[in-house]
Amino acid sequence: MKRDNELWLTHLKSEGAIQHQALSDLRDTLINSLRGTLWNGALIDDAFLEDAVQDSIIRILERLKQFEGRSQFLTWATSISIRVAISELRRRRWKDVSLDKLISDAGQVPERAIDACPEPDVLKEREAIIKVMYGLIHSSLTEKQKTALLAELKEMPQDEIARHIGSNRNAIYKLTHDARKRLKKGLEAVGYNITDIKAIFAN
Amino acid sequence: MSLSKKEIDGLMQLISLTKNEEINCEQCLSSVSEFAELELTGKSPSDALKAVEHHLSICTECHEEYLLLRSVIRKMND
Repeated sequence: MKRDNELWLTHLKSEGAIQHQALSDLRDTLINSLRGTLWNGALIDDAFLEDAVQDSIIRILERLKQFEGRSQFLTWATSISIRVAISELRRRRWKDVSLDKLISDAGQVPERAIDACPEPDVLKEREAIIKVMYGLIHSSLTEKQKTALLAELKEMPQDEIARHIGSNRNAIYKLTHDARKRLKKGLEAVGYNITDIKAIFAN
Repeated sequence: MSLSKKEIDGLMQLISLTKNEEINCEQCLSSVSEFAELELTGKSPSDALKAVEHHLSICTECHEEYLLLRSVIRKMND
């Protein structure tokens, strides 16, 4: 059955056979969408897809009142199912990675942050900005901001950072956003504006 | 603490994109379907959707999810 947004909402909010059929159709659509997009046969199998879609449908029903019809219902529902499925894949990929170890860098030889730069003047400016930046990271960020920002730079997903520090993805985004604002303000306070930074780190 | 060249470049890129007001991942999720559909029609985003566009330029995870969503919409439209 082809449904427009209104019909999807009506059927999902109804009871009995009508709701059952709508849920079954939604499930089939989401399974097909995720299979077509994520399938790789290794990490993603039928059981994974079934679990992800079941979790997705629960979340979709919980948020049904928030759907304002600004997109197709199935596009909106798919965006939720993609977040559910990808979050689970990220969790599996990162579950054995220690946050402390990731951000400590203990014993690592730092890769030069300024190599491959042909212009001596630019090189000098990059070094100066990086020095200020390290200083700002230590002096102007809270421990939580520093941890979240460094983990993010090392590509740990926000959901995983949140799991390690007992928080959630939105709170981690706020932490790193606040950290970025402080670093930006600190750089501007010593005379580096965004245009300078973009130009100096352009290549 | 040491950061690699890639990490320093990433940080500078993030700082250069930083705005005082940014939407979070949940707010992005509530509008990304509208943004993706609009983007595929080639139309310009409204001011509200520009906040989604900006969030996607900052947030790696939301951007990854958005690319997958776009791919699903394309397949649905085929």
